[in-house]
Amino acid sequence: MKDAFGLPQSLLVLGGTSEIALATARRLIARRTRTVWLAGRPSPALDEAAEGLRALGADVRTVAFDALAPESHEAALGKVFAEGDIDLVLLAFGILGDQAHDEQDPVSAVRVAQTNYTGAVSAGLVSAAALQNQGHGSLVVLSSVAGERARRANFIYGSSKAGLDAFAQGLGDALYGTGVHVMVVRPGFVRSRMTAGLAEAPLATTPEAVASAIELGLRRRSETVWVPGALRAVMAAVRHLPRPVFRRLPG
Amino acid sequence: MSADTDTAPVIEWGSVTGWGRTAPTTARLVRPRTYEETAVAVRACGARGSIARGLGRAYGDAAQNAGGAVLDMTGLDRVHAIDVEGGTVLCDAGVSLHRLMEVLLPLGWFVPVTPGTRYVTVGGAIGADIHGKNHHVSGSFTRHVLSLELLTADGRVRTVTPGTPLFEATAGGMGLTGVILTATVRLQPVETSLMSVDTERAADLDDLLARLTATDHRYRYSVAWIDLLARGAATGRAVLTRGDHAPLDALPRRARARRDPLAFRTTRLPAAPASVPEGLLTRTTVGLFNELWFRKAPRSRTGQLQRIPSFFHPLDGVPHWNRIYGPGGFVQYQFAVGHGQEEALRGIVGRISARRCPSFLAVLKRFGDADPGWLSFPVPGWTLALDIPANLPGLGAFLDELDEEVAGAGGRVYLAKDSRLRPELLAAMYPRLADFRALRAELDPDGVFVSDLSRRLDL
Ligand SMILES: Cc1cc2nc3c(=O)[nH]c(=O)nc-3n(C[C@H](O)[C@H](O)[C@H](O)COP(=O)(O)OP(=O)(O)OC[C@H]3O[C@@H](n4cnc5c(N)ncnc54)[C@H](O)[C@@H]3O)c2cc1C
Ligand SMILES: NC(=O)c1ccc[n+]([C@@H]2O[C@H](COP(=O)([O-])OP(=O)(O)OC[C@H]3O[C@@H](n4cnc5c(N)ncnc54)[C@H](OP(=O)(O)O)[C@@H]3O)[C@@H](O)[C@H]2O)c1
Repeated sequence: MKDAFGLPQSLLVLGGTSEIALATARRLIARRTRTVWLAGRPSPALDEAAEGLRALGADVRTVAFDALAPESHEAALGKVFAEGDIDLVLLAFGILGDQAHDEQDPVSAVRVAQTNYTGAVSAGLVSAAALQNQGHGSLVVLSSVAGERARRANFIYGSSKAGLDAFAQGLGDALYGTGVHVMVVRPGFVRSRMTAGLAEAPLATTPEAVASAIELGLRRRSETVWVPGALRAVMAAVRHLPRPVFRRLPG
Repeated sequence: MSADTDTAPVIEWGSVTGWGRTAPTTARLVRPRTYEETAVAVRACGARGSIARGLGRAYGDAAQNAGGAVLDMTGLDRVHAIDVEGGTVLCDAGVSLHRLMEVLLPLGWFVPVTPGTRYVTVGGAIGADIHGKNHHVSGSFTRHVLSLELLTADGRVRTVTPGTPLFEATAGGMGLTGVILTATVRLQPVETSLMSVDTERAADLDDLLARLTATDHRYRYSVAWIDLLARGAATGRAVLTRGDHAPLDALPRRARARRDPLAFRTTRLPAAPASVPEGLLTRTTVGLFNELWFRKAPRSRTGQLQRIPSFFHPLDGVPHWNRIYGPGGFVQYQFAVGHGQEEALRGIVGRISARRCPSFLAVLKRFGDADPGWLSFPVPGWTLALDIPANLPGLGAFLDELDEEVAGAGGRVYLAKDSRLRPELLAAMYPRLADFRALRAELDPDGVFVSDLSRRLDL
């Protein structure tokens, strides 16, 4: 169960090797989390991630999960929920893709969309149903500022996050009053494996900062969290820029 | 056929919290009006079980059950029999102490123990084995329970009497042994409905502890309100209010009260507004309030006549006062440490003062002997309770540190107030926890009775 400060005792990460998710898990283990499920594509990295969290004292298990195989989500996640209540589901999987390449290769562009959007639709719905059954729990969805207004430079990724973001908001409304809380997290540029080698955007932040914003959002039962917080105002302005001006923005 | 058996109990899904309004979860709310309906609701509760709920005055998640059934017991509200000679009452578990006072005071009887609010049910009073200002004299509520009827997981209704393991597990058992349907409670005789109260100030914590130790035995009721925002030499400054039921001859000869000395008079102010912005209670506003309140208290006054509500239940004057903490809700931290652990108490009070938590007057009390319940809270020694807004940054970690000190001093926190304890500390705080778990495993192998509290702390 979550405590008075929204801190979970059990955590399910979808995208078990995500740097942001693992920073969040570490933070939560330092407070109340004892049980962690890392769902992801089986790999040495996944096992290593589990080992790292075990060293912090948590009881960690891995489960095979592929965002691109939605027909398997019910069974894979059902197995986790059958073992006991999950207080927090962190939907963290996602790929950035390679915009220039993907524009030339529609099939790989669609893979970005299928991972970030349709994969999340399926995993989100499966998780939501299980949480609703419990009568409690939070679903935290890692969206992105990139979804707030798709830019020339990464509109394939951006549009997939826009879809994910809209889906998660709607899901949150659908679950309002069921005891289940949906929180949409919109980080800006986060220094992680996903962005390694890319030029940093302004207001760049760290996985640890995202983790800390998630902890705060859980305490406040927030519905939307921007990281860093200043992005809320920045994006409110960017959102309303006229198209010709927006097109000329750098990056 | 009566309406009672004709229709099914009211069922709806709803969001439930405790008095502190933190950690809401959703459950099927069932409001049985008969014992049969209660039994049906328990039998039909499904995989996520059920838990009894009284008036929801426990601060945390004790009377919540996410995804399962929450049985609102306030529909079982009959007072069945009063023995006016012997001073006992047999009533349903959903009857409130407020109602008992209304019924009993005109007959010259009072409840044996009342908490800081009279809007608690008899079931809740047993479930948390509550204590009052008279704990040093009278012990906890269940010491005055002569017998109770308990609906257990197997669907049986058992008569449970003191001295048996089932009684000791149920007293303070947080509803986890079953649903209490009725109880027979021994009462306290009174001549009037007024209290005779002595008030004095204590300059600091040591002064306070010395006064309580030296003279508490002279009073049936005793409590100290302590200002945890005061610092330096004034750390732990407090106002003691102690007293007893006023005897008839203490009332002024021609006073109105003389004509009807047992009348139960209450007044309630308008309720606190339903929505209060975050951050109304800050260190400054609360500190100001505490300062005014301390200065307003007489340095010393004896024999003042007060009504029962103003002596016992000042907060009940403002319905829904818990809303003033805003949407973030609040946490009440209440712990107890034994006699001889004054150093630990000093340390904790010092830390709370130094941390400058915006906490209204906290309550300090000296406990008497321990009570029979395996999970009963009181230990002979000291207890301190304070309210803190839940959105105070770093509060969780701070309270974790206090827990360590409390546990290190052999003390414990009160489950009826808890919403955040780390489960690992529970066994150290409650040495009979293993017995409690074993009894539950045998009595309720399928886990029919569960609550958010029992899930969180693995009770
Ligand atoms: C302003 C205020 C002051 C307080 N002061 C004190 C105090 O001085 N001393 C003190 O000890 N406590 C105090 N309390 C706490 C309160 O007395 C307890 O939490 C009490 O249990 C609340 O009773 P309730 O009927 O509201 O029960 P709830 O809060 O609804 O439930 C509390 C527990 O009792 C169980 N329960 C309720 N009914 C039944 C039943 N029929 N059968 C089995 N289990 C049942 C529930 O499952 C739950 O575990 C105070 C609370 C407030 C809000
Ligand atoms: N980094 C940023 O700047 C940034 C900014 C805003 C939002 N976000 C979002 O935050 C989330 C986490 O990002 P991160 O920075 O932690 O990146 P990361 O370390 O690269 O993590 C991405 C995760 O997604 C998983 N994944 C990818 N495809 C998958 C699939 N088909 N099935 C299952 N899992 C799959 C990866 O698992 P494998 O190990 O199997 O590849 C990895 O665990 C992502 O949704 C990302 O879009 C990131």
